[in-house]
Order: sequence, then C-alpha cells, then structure tokens
Amino acid sequence: MSLALDTAAATASTAPRSRVWGKLLRNRSALVGGFVVLLFALIATLGPWILPWDPVKTSWTAVRKAPSLVNWFGTDELGRDVLARVVYGAQASLMAGVVSVSIAIVIGGPLGVIAGYFGGWTDSIISRCTEAMLACPFLILAIALGSVLGPSLVNAMIAIGIAAAPLFIRLTRGQTLTVKTEDYVEGARAVGLPHRWIIIRYILPNIFAPILVQATLIVAQAIIAEASLSFLGLGQQPPSPSWGAMLNTGKNFVQQGQWWMSVFPGVAIFLTVLGFNLLGDGLRDALDPRES
Amino acid sequence: MLNFIARRILIAIPTIVLVSIFVFVLQKLLPGDPILVLAGEERDPVVIEALREKYRLNDPLPLQYFAWAFQALQGNLGISLRTNLPVLDLIGEKLPVTLQLAAMAMTFALAIGIPAGIMAAVKKGTWWDYAATGLALWGLSIPNFFLGIMLIFLVSVQLNWLPASGYVSPAESLSQNLRTLVMPAFVLGNALAASIMRHTRSAMLGVLKQDYVRTARAKGLLERVVIMRHALRNALVPVVTVATLLFGELLAGAVLTEQIFTIPGFGKLIVDAVFNRDYAVVQGVVLCTAIGYIGLNLLADVLYVVLNPRLRTR
Repeated sequence: MSLALDTAAATASTAPRSRVWGKLLRNRSALVGGFVVLLFALIATLGPWILPWDPVKTSWTAVRKAPSLVNWFGTDELGRDVLARVVYGAQASLMAGVVSVSIAIVIGGPLGVIAGYFGGWTDSIISRCTEAMLACPFLILAIALGSVLGPSLVNAMIAIGIAAAPLFIRLTRGQTLTVKTEDYVEGARAVGLPHRWIIIRYILPNIFAPILVQATLIVAQAIIAEASLSFLGLGQQPPSPSWGAMLNTGKNFVQQGQWWMSVFPGVAIFLTVLGFNLLGDGLRDALDPRES
Repeated sequence: MLNFIARRILIAIPTIVLVSIFVFVLQKLLPGDPILVLAGEERDPVVIEALREKYRLNDPLPLQYFAWAFQALQGNLGISLRTNLPVLDLIGEKLPVTLQLAAMAMTFALAIGIPAGIMAAVKKGTWWDYAATGLALWGLSIPNFFLGIMLIFLVSVQLNWLPASGYVSPAESLSQNLRTLVMPAFVLGNALAASIMRHTRSAMLGVLKQDYVRTARAKGLLERVVIMRHALRNALVPVVTVATLLFGELLAGAVLTEQIFTIPGFGKLIVDAVFNRDYAVVQGVVLCTAIGYIGLNLLADVLYVVLNPRLRTR
C-alpha cells in the first residue's frame, strides 16, 4: 500500500521533470537569467583569487581616479580600486540574497505546512500572525528589525529573512491546503501513517516547485533589500565592500561628475537582480502546467 | 455592501491588535534603556526609579502593553527623544510630504503602466509587446536608489534641468515644489509602473478572449471602441485594486527615495529615528504604516466589489 502511495506521489511530483527542463532550456530569457546568475556566482567565488587588487587597500595618490587601463572601474574617495570592491561586494550581495531567503524558508516553510496541514486553531493563529507581519511593508519591517539587531551584514540577512518569512508561510500554507486533498495523501492518512511521515514523504516533495520559484524571485528582492540596508548604513559595515554602501558613498560625488563610484556597483545590482527575475519568471512558466 | 464592509473591518481589527503587539515587543527588544537617556548624564538612581514608575516600566509586560495601547488609541504615541515633540505631531508634519510624493509617483505609474499594458496585450507577440515587457522587467530590477543617483547625474548635473535635492513646500511655491518632486516621483513610480503594466497586460489578455469582446467586434465596432469601452473597462477592475494595494508599497519605497533626494518626509523620519535611536518614533512610524497598509487592503477589497457589478449584487 505504502509503495503504491509512494508511486502516486512520485508521479505527481517527478513525472513532468523532463518536460520542465525542456521548457526551461527552450526559454531564452530564462537561459540568459541563469547565465547572468552563474556569471556573478563565479565572479563572487573566483574573482578574489584572480584579481590582483585588495578591495580595502587605500592609496592617497590615487583618490577618485576615473576609469583607466590601470584601474578599469576607477578608484573611490580613499583610492581603493572600484573593480575589486565590486567583485568582493558580489560575495556579500549573493550571500545575503541566498542566506536571507534560506532563513525565510526555514522559518516560513514549516509554519506554513503546519498551518495548512493541521488547520483549525493552529492555522488561525499562524495565519493571523502572518497577516500582521504582511501588514508592514517588507523594507520598513527589515529596517525596524535591522535597528533592533544592530548594523552588520549578518544582522541584515537575519532581518531580511524574518521580514520575508511571511511570504513563504502564505505560499506553503496555500500549497499544502491543495496537496493535502490529493488521493495519495488521503490514502496515506487512511492507512494510519503518522502526520510527520505524511508531511515529509508526501507533502514536501509536492510543494517544492512553487517554493523554488518564489525563492528565486525573493532572492532578487533580498539582494535589493540588502543593498538598501547597506545604503542606509544598516548592512555591511566599512571598510568591507558592499554594493549598497558603495552607492551611498558614490552618491556624494555624483554631483561633481564622478559617476564611476555609483555606476559600477549599481549596474552590478541591476544585472544580478535582473538575472534572478528572468530565471524566476522562466522557472514559473516551466512549472506552470497551463503554459504550453 | 455595508455588511461586507463591516465584516472586512471586523476581520482587520485582530490584525491591527497583532501589529500593535508586534510593535510593542519590538520596542522591548530594542537595545539600550530609554530611561537612562531621559535620566540625563547624572543618572541619579532615585530619578531613574521615579521615571520607571512614571512610565510604568516596573509593571508586568501585559499591563505595560495595555497601558501603551490605551495611550495609542487616544493618539498618544509617545515623545521623540531627539526633538522632544509628540510622535504623532512629527508624523503629521512629515506624512503630507510623503503622501504628495506617493500621489505623484502613482500618477506616473498609472500614466506609464496602463497604456504600456494595453499596447502589450493588444499587440501581443509583436515588437510593442516585447518592448513593454522588457521595460517592465527593467523597472522591476533596477533599485530606485540607483535610478535616482543616475537621474541626478544626467538631469541635474549634466543637463541642469531640475534640482538634485531639497524640498520646497507647495504653500511657499507650487512650481518649485513640483520641480523638486518630479524626479523623485518618477524614481518612486518606476517599479510601480512595471507592476501595473504587467497586471494590465495580463488582465487585458484575459478580457480580450471573452465572448462579449468577440460580439462587439462581430457587430463591426471600431477596434479602438472595442478596446477602450468594452475590454479596458473590465480589465481595469483588478488593476485598480492592485494599484490601491501597491500604494502602500510606495511608503516603503519612499524611505530610500527621500534619502537620496533629501526630502523631509515620512521615510526620512524613520531612517533618522533609527540612527538617533529615537525608538518612540520608529515604533510610531511602523504602527502608522501598518495601519495605513491594512486600511489600503480594506479599500482594495471594497473597491473590487464596488467596481465589479456581479459581486455588488450578491
């Protein structure tokens, strides 16, 4: 009986996998998005090994130099190489995006599944708390939590993760409500399998796809949120490089025509977020059975 | 209809209560003791104890919450530690600036998003569609603080068309007021325009497949009339409700926009409060934003029913 249930659940969750991959690989914008994300991931991991410049090394003889053959992206107000800071900043931004979304999933996923699966009072309490948190705009909530935790990259990631958790609670709750009425879940209940086993074995694999899509799109929002918190001084602290903090410094020199301190970190944020948005949209289309 | 509104208000009340608990807990979690700030540099233990009694900080937490909530219901959100002014007065002073900015941003967003969404849906699969969809993706991916900095460089520094920062009250000079807010409003409305474009396109594509649109075309009506009178009027129902919900997002977006353009609004108030550890202001701003957001949610629900005749008669 359990084998039959496993087969039914597996068919529901894995049968379209090859179709999904096929659709994703045929979607040019998703491929471009995936390529951009991969490129920035490579820059973040390999860049520091390849680049000859130190992102925190100051040089008073090279302050605010325009892009040149020596410093491709120019230098900042302390003579630090902007290219090196953009490359090292990629680590902070990508890590912030992925870690804060992981925190949000770890908090929001189980709560959403519990609310959807058990229903009743549990669902009411979790849903009301989720609505209360969703009543506060994402960035305002992240700023308020950031001010409680104190300014640092780790605290910014925790603040963004907590602020994004309600989005995953709502999603996983909705998906669980749909999946728990499927025959194989009803069957698993009928044969007396424990709730924990049903959730792990039958619910989670079948709600994974929409969570993956949402996670990809929220990584993009989390990267912007981290850059915003760093821009406001609540994220990565100096002298460590961060795209948001670089933009905050760069804005002071834009009125003097020194654009390179802002343009390069800004373009880096834009391209990374665009990459995640394209990939997320592509994944959503590929996983949507209504899309032909 | 009145029953529906009453029911929605009743549902919103527990959410507001939970938000107030959340804001109260947030205050308790904040680092540092505000009483030590109030006690001054001498930090006399007798004064500290008297202040603790005065602000009921020796009471159990639930009692403290009820006392705070009772004061908040009467419009007393506390006193700003930095300016010594009531928090509600500060919010009342800054909020109109942000509301004007948000209203201008919404105007930009609707003026760009709706026509672009209609064009993309009507000319689906053409160059128009790809251009509008691409622009929407651009709008959703570019952080507004980066767009703001680039516009300052281009429009203010290079072309010298508009001031780079600052704010002039409309009472002082309306033309100067608009000149200072045009660029920030465009920056703030940019991402919103992208969202509205996507929703309009999606809603129009759904409506254009409907039988009544086919019938209107079969009757020989001009395509312009079919689009504007029959399709758009129905497609705008979800767009209006989405735009109402997104108006709340503008309050959050204003935090960064006001910081870049040095506009003394609601967003700048919270950032300054965070850095000055002016917790009563942080708490007040978060509470007011959340209540405003819940109000907009309610308005969106009501508008959806008001604009949709089928729901209105139920």
